[in-house]
Amino acid sequence: MAIYSIFILSKSGGLIYQYDHTSIKIEVEKTFTYPLDIQLVEQNKRIVVAFGQKDGINVGHNLLAMNGIQLNGTLLDDGREVTPFLADQSNFPLCLKFGRPKLSTNEKIFLASMFYPLFAIASQLSPEIKSSGIEVLEADTFKLHCFQTLTGIKFLIVAEPKQLNVEHLLRRVYELYADFALKNPFYSLEMPIRCEQFESNLQLLLEQEKIGVNNV
Amino acid sequence: MARPGVRVADSKKINSELFTLTYGALVSQLLKDYENAEDVNRQLDRMGYNIGVRIIEDFLARTSTARCTDMKDTAEKIQSAFKMYLGVNPTVTSWSPASDEFSLLFDQNPMTEFVELPESCLSLKYCNLFCGIIRGACEMVQLEVTSWFVQDSLKGDPTTELRVKFVKKLEDAMPAGED
Repeated sequence: MAIYSIFILSKSGGLIYQYDHTSIKIEVEKTFTYPLDIQLVEQNKRIVVAFGQKDGINVGHNLLAMNGIQLNGTLLDDGREVTPFLADQSNFPLCLKFGRPKLSTNEKIFLASMFYPLFAIASQLSPEIKSSGIEVLEADTFKLHCFQTLTGIKFLIVAEPKQLNVEHLLRRVYELYADFALKNPFYSLEMPIRCEQFESNLQLLLEQEKIGVNNV
Repeated sequence: MARPGVRVADSKKINSELFTLTYGALVSQLLKDYENAEDVNRQLDRMGYNIGVRIIEDFLARTSTARCTDMKDTAEKIQSAFKMYLGVNPTVTSWSPASDEFSLLFDQNPMTEFVELPESCLSLKYCNLFCGIIRGACEMVQLEVTSWFVQDSLKGDPTTELRVKFVKKLEDAMPAGED
């Protein structure tokens, strides 16, 4: 069981805190000969596997490095374009590294603010009057748990579908927020939380959750 | 106050005298800074407001109360908050016929324990911080209220009476899924 990440959204829907706990790192390195037996396309300034799944390299994975040189979007770190390089037979055999890219901070902010209208729509779609917004959003690889406080702050936990006790954990995170963010006189409301004590106590909480001390 | 570790069932207790004296130091400093008691009242209210908007999260996180549906509910919760944060148990009385106004009676008030008001500042509302806290905290849960002192034992009244009046519900600020 694992907690993947925690998000805190302010009253107005902005992301004020994000913490990645357990992230599953998928990276596969493999040596290829000419011609490449997987289809690569350029998408959003990244080289993405479009077709041809093999040896743990899945559709949707990004090209991360080439012969040990990191990729920077569609460019190699030394400034060369990747696409013509891959088309040139003389460069083979090539060692390519594929994997899932990590979300950038901007993407996280974007996703978090997307959740805000979804939550509001969910409560309006309800056939009954007075419905809460989304409390649990379930997918086959994760479950997103959301807890909105009476003041409108949302706490989100992305966890494994089997993870137990997330509601309890959400409330504990709220307590930590009340203690270590709000009682810090240098923290201003609605702004991103940059409080070391908050972060370290959150880590402590998640550690305890992992070994099961905290199952009260 | 930093709490050691994570799980603390009861929040940390401190000596109320320390708190009383700290508050006294604050008020007397404000009196030096502003000279005018009216300005001090206003500052105390403002400070209280800023405390209120933060302390409400602590209250909600610790008590997991539900949203108030009427003023009776609100009164009860404010009463329990006083119990929780100050260790006093004010009595809720003097309801207005429309049930939108009530009074909190304080038999004892730890904030004024060692206090005597000098002649020069009779217009000072020593505990005006409370008014601000109540206003700020209620505003965060989308209730607009006003509150003021009608009686003050520091000024020779038999008790201290704090009046709270419901103004309106802040529908616009209601978070989605709550309205």
